Amino acid sequence: MENILHIIPEIFIFCSALILLILGLFIKNIKLINNLAILSLLIAVALVINQPYQSIYLNSYVIDEFSSLFKIMIFIGSIVTLVMFVSSREDLHINLYEYPILILFSTLGMMVMVSANDLLAMFIGLELQSLSLYVLAALNRNSLLSSEAGIKYFILGALSSGLLLFGISYIYGFSGNTNFNLIAVNYNSESLGLLIGIVFVLAGLAFKVSAVPFHMWTPDVYQGAPTPITAFFALAPKIAAMGLLVRFLFNSFGELYLDWQQIIFFISIASMMLAAFAAIAQTNIKRLMAYSSIGHIGYALIGVACVSSEGLRSLLIYLMIYLFMNISVFTVILSLKRNDAYFENISDLSGMYKNHPFTTILVALMMFSLAGIPPLAGFFGKFYIFVAALESNMVFLAVVGIIASVISAFYYLRIVKIMYFDEPKEEFDGLNIRSLQVLFYPSSFLVILFFIYPAPIIQLSEYAIKSFY
Amino acid sequence: MNELPILSILILLPLVGIFFMTLIRNNNDQSSNNLKHTALWISFLNFLISLYLLFSFNQQDADFQFEERYFWIEYGISYHLGVDGISILFIVLTTMLVPICILASYDSIKFSVKEYLIAFLALETFMIGVFCSLDLVLFYLFFEGGLIPMFLIIGIWGGERRVYSTFKFFLYTLAGSVFMLLAIIYIFITAGTTDVSYLLDYNFTRNEQIVLWLAFFASFMVKIPMWPFHTWLPDAHVEAPTAGSVILAGVLLKMAGYGFIRFSIGFFPEASELFAPLIFTLSIVAIIVTSLIALVQEDMKKLIAYSSVAHMGFVTLGIFTFTVQGIEGSIIQMISHGIVSAALFLCVGVVYDRLHTREISRYGGLVSKMPMYAFTFMIFILASLGLPGTSGFVGEFLVLISIFSINTYFAVFATTGVVLAATYSLWLYRRMIFGALIKDDLSEMLDLTRREIIIFVPLITLTIFIGIYPKPVIDIIEPSAKKIVNQVNGKLN
Repeated sequence: MENILHIIPEIFIFCSALILLILGLFIKNIKLINNLAILSLLIAVALVINQPYQSIYLNSYVIDEFSSLFKIMIFIGSIVTLVMFVSSREDLHINLYEYPILILFSTLGMMVMVSANDLLAMFIGLELQSLSLYVLAALNRNSLLSSEAGIKYFILGALSSGLLLFGISYIYGFSGNTNFNLIAVNYNSESLGLLIGIVFVLAGLAFKVSAVPFHMWTPDVYQGAPTPITAFFALAPKIAAMGLLVRFLFNSFGELYLDWQQIIFFISIASMMLAAFAAIAQTNIKRLMAYSSIGHIGYALIGVACVSSEGLRSLLIYLMIYLFMNISVFTVILSLKRNDAYFENISDLSGMYKNHPFTTILVALMMFSLAGIPPLAGFFGKFYIFVAALESNMVFLAVVGIIASVISAFYYLRIVKIMYFDEPKEEFDGLNIRSLQVLFYPSSFLVILFFIYPAPIIQLSEYAIKSFY
Repeated sequence: MNELPILSILILLPLVGIFFMTLIRNNNDQSSNNLKHTALWISFLNFLISLYLLFSFNQQDADFQFEERYFWIEYGISYHLGVDGISILFIVLTTMLVPICILASYDSIKFSVKEYLIAFLALETFMIGVFCSLDLVLFYLFFEGGLIPMFLIIGIWGGERRVYSTFKFFLYTLAGSVFMLLAIIYIFITAGTTDVSYLLDYNFTRNEQIVLWLAFFASFMVKIPMWPFHTWLPDAHVEAPTAGSVILAGVLLKMAGYGFIRFSIGFFPEASELFAPLIFTLSIVAIIVTSLIALVQEDMKKLIAYSSVAHMGFVTLGIFTFTVQGIEGSIIQMISHGIVSAALFLCVGVVYDRLHTREISRYGGLVSKMPMYAFTFMIFILASLGLPGTSGFVGEFLVLISIFSINTYFAVFATTGVVLAATYSLWLYRRMIFGALIKDDLSEMLDLTRREIIIFVPLITLTIFIGIYPKPVIDIIEPSAKKIVNQVNGKLN
């Protein structure tokens, strides 16, 4: 019994998901179920904060500063998704009580992912998360695009899980262990089999974080999935997979970093450059955000490639800032509604500032922040990434990074241009719903005013990397 | 040490103004007038504060004054402000030009007045911040942050090809600056801090200096701008609204000149010495080539924009002579150019508001209808070509003296620029003001209004005052300029 108490937050989320599932059969009030799901996530935040740090179950499950911070970020992402659901469920034809429950299950999977210190625990978490996401992507059954997104994500996701399992089997075969720490002690660094294992696991994980060359699903799924779920894709699973990636690489193959560093190095550069060019031609804002997220993952991976405490610190700072920027952008995408129809083309934003001056200036600032222009938060994210890169003597990576950031500034500016310089269209409903305002204003102001006192987030990430350094 | 955080007040006051202006609803003429008045008074108050700063500035002291330092991001990167003889004049120039710009936009901005004024005040914050900050990260923050309001000002309120110009402006400047960001990060890692007053005494190795100098150079040469990366400037000037051009020519270009003096020379003297011939060559090419280009322009704003590039060529020439006269000369040249080119753009704005064209050939014989305008325009044209008795002469003269002491050939070539400047300026004046008034629509032109006179009077006064009696200005600059020169020579020997 005492063993179970160690993972109280996970158990709590699990139980509340099950209870809500049963409740949903009898209560037709979907809003209530959604609110209960939000409530249980909020309680879980409190539980995670108060959890003692320890490693349990034969060291296969770790609760430390790192996992707690990631869990809180994941909770924020999930809560945001649930709040978005409130305003859009009717019009997007996703008014199903399974929605909040699937989000909870997926959240549970991600919690397991970031705490996993064992190949099996990692796989279980990953699969629980992915299975929920496959269904979520296809949740709007009436939409061809949504079904297509679901199927595509499922097929490619299954393939990547296969690759991952294949890699896991190699690692197990050549080191004789599934525990990350034991792998680190027992492997034979000469063996090629182990290297094959690492490559396959990395391929599987790169799929989950949608890094080039495993990014192909991202634009289609982002476009096809209902917007709140797209937001969820952008916010939670990527962050969780990034946490998992870091723990897997640092705990089990910290010594072998020369081997996997090059892989991260390559996918980081490829992600940044591909995203910077591919996003220029996009006409759908969700597709554009998909490429933008690929690019941002590329930057975050620089932090991993540095293999240093500064690198990890910058990764965490970057992910936190990325989270808040995306919250506010996706909230705005959700507010582009007119006569109960949603608009997703970038050209629909045209002249938006005439009708929505205040929202538009904040969105424009978000775009500048995504492009990494000071004094907005996005700049500090990039700043720390580059500090880490130069400190590890990865000048090439840093130079590619800044070149990509200049190129990508172009497509962010294009959105600003369309919003400000083009002819205005009809008015949107805008941010007139309380639930969207609650998301939009705090996250935007956090991004804009971050520069006044950035120390807390920096200290928080320094605290979180204590688990590794 | 002054107890009042006067530099922070200068930086924050426009932001306070923005806050109040967001509360004003802009739905009719009355409220848009209120907005204009609010912005004008806020910026004017800021000007008065900067005057107070100027008069309480200790001219004998070459060190940084009015310093403020607070913990900001982490150890080594702090919120550190301060001014010395080099930066203080730029601050006053900025605070002086912003109310003038706002006044100049009273009638010419027809829509989205609120956003326009907010963008201008935000720009003022960034510009003052650039000249105050004594921390490289803070400097970069202000330096780059200014792009956002300027991007919007050109893009929303600009002319026909505004989108192209504003993108070009933004991406050129950004592409140059990101290398400076990497250099700043490298400095942070090797020296452990980005504090300017510490770094001025820090010795980088020769190889480090060369790479870092090039990175800073990439940013400043685009911004100042030096040939061959000057092409964004004419485009931006032509499309920007009048006030945008004024700020662009008046202040934004000076940020780079200030950066050259403070950072390139101050931190990397060996590299600066090594690359000085490169700078001289580029500057002289700029002076001659852009002057020739200016001769064939059909568009008034383009002509003045190209002349800006030529004038900034003198600035870079002076800075890299490492002499007291050279640095003094380039600072005065920058201040003078800040006033004169700003005024020239305002002069263009005056006729543009009336006739809505900037084509030189559409004008001619204005003197008979607009005598006061002709007089004003003449003073600034003469100042621009460096006539003795105007501020333009002092700067150019000091720069030419300093370059003569270094290398006679360079000086000879640079002096041809002065002749060319006279040619294109006077020819512009001749085509616009003199001649017969034959075009029908010109006969309806009205002379300067009271508002326009209010705008021009301080600029004329300053131009002539600095031209006739430059001593007060030189007194402010001299101690700090000497200190920099001594420091550089100390490091070189």
